Amino acid sequence: MSPGEPLIRWDWVLSHIPDIAGRLGEHLRLTAIAVVVGFAISLLLGIWAARRPRVYAPVTWVSGVLYTIPSLALFALLIPFTGLSLLTAEIGLVSYTLLILIRNVVAGIRAVPAEVRESALGMGYTPRQVLWRVELPLAAGVIIAGLRVATITTIGLVTVTALIGQGGLGFLILDGIQRFFSTPLIVGAGLSVLLAVALDALLVRLERAVTPWARP
Amino acid sequence: MGSTVSIFSQVAAWFADPSHWSSSDGIPTRVAEHLVLSGAATALAILLALPLGVYLGHARRFDFAAINVANVGRALPSLALLAFALPVAFALGLGLGFWPTLFAMVPLGIPPILTNAVAGVREVDPEVVDAARGMGLSGRQLLRQVELPIAAPLILAGVRNAAVAIVATATLGALVAGGGLGRYIVDGLARQEYARLFAGALLVALLAICVEIAFSLLERIVVSPGVRRTLTATLA
Repeated sequence: MSPGEPLIRWDWVLSHIPDIAGRLGEHLRLTAIAVVVGFAISLLLGIWAARRPRVYAPVTWVSGVLYTIPSLALFALLIPFTGLSLLTAEIGLVSYTLLILIRNVVAGIRAVPAEVRESALGMGYTPRQVLWRVELPLAAGVIIAGLRVATITTIGLVTVTALIGQGGLGFLILDGIQRFFSTPLIVGAGLSVLLAVALDALLVRLERAVTPWARP
Repeated sequence: MGSTVSIFSQVAAWFADPSHWSSSDGIPTRVAEHLVLSGAATALAILLALPLGVYLGHARRFDFAAINVANVGRALPSLALLAFALPVAFALGLGLGFWPTLFAMVPLGIPPILTNAVAGVREVDPEVVDAARGMGLSGRQLLRQVELPIAAPLILAGVRNAAVAIVATATLGALVAGGGLGRYIVDGLARQEYARLFAGALLVALLAICVEIAFSLLERIVVSPGVRRTLTATLA
């Protein structure tokens, strides 16, 4: 960021394409693991909590406290136990998806009208069939809305994991900050926003595909 | 890295050291820096987003556009915002530390405040609005006596989310030579002093939880008991 230097030096970008692509891949991998694991946990806890109001309060309280702890602090709290590892990064990232996902799973299932549930039971569906064929499909819109917020949030948080040595696009941003060199900084930040927008668009398509009745 | 027991005794020793309570790098100084920075950023974000959001929700114009733009804003990672703020602060001759961190935190606070203000005011039951108009309330009276009190829980939840996100991001300010509690984490990482790192993380986590609790107390005071409700789903 010395005077007279352009904000982006395209020659640097062109000569570092393999490195940039590698960082993008790492970012995608860190995000995917966190969202998939977080979703699996939230679906189980959410289904359980939707049925038992006594479970819902403590589950949202714990995930709410986890969500409140700043990301860098949570990673730092884990370092003495799990080191500068992928596990540290993923425990932190998964924790942040839980509050949003569990809340939306529960809200989605609870929004299913009681008549619909009773009709399904009356038609001879077992409780398990009601869950898989009636409740979850009807809740899909709200659940995917939560998945969108969780995914966007995770992509932003993954940039922070570069501080604990886990690569990703945050590595480029930190590199730029440390060397006062704006090119990697803008490339890293820009690509992480683009990745968020692209994955969000993908989830919107998924939402349309699984809720055909909601189409105008 | 040591055993679990030794890290806890190291952290306890770190907190017991009187020099960590009095110097310019002491805990009270760092907490104050953290709060001043976060407070300024939250106040600025409220000033920019709240009147606009309330107006758009009340007028029911451009409200969907505002929510969509704000949601794209959510996609901006805090570290990226900090990275973008750095050249801006340099161009303005404001240097490192406080200003670039402030520039990064304000846009982070705007989306939650704006979306909740728009949604809160817009989603006031149209029948209630009609009833109020029928009773002869003017547009301004309608906004102040009906729409704002009903929207208060959502508006406050938006401000709370913004404040908590801002307190979290103020931690990252230490990366660009800012003060605040992030100093302990960033320095602890760089020097591999895990007691300092852990203590800093503990303090930031506590501070964020205190902010959250403060807002839930504020909600009890501000929100009329008649409109109190629990927020359930987060909508994209």
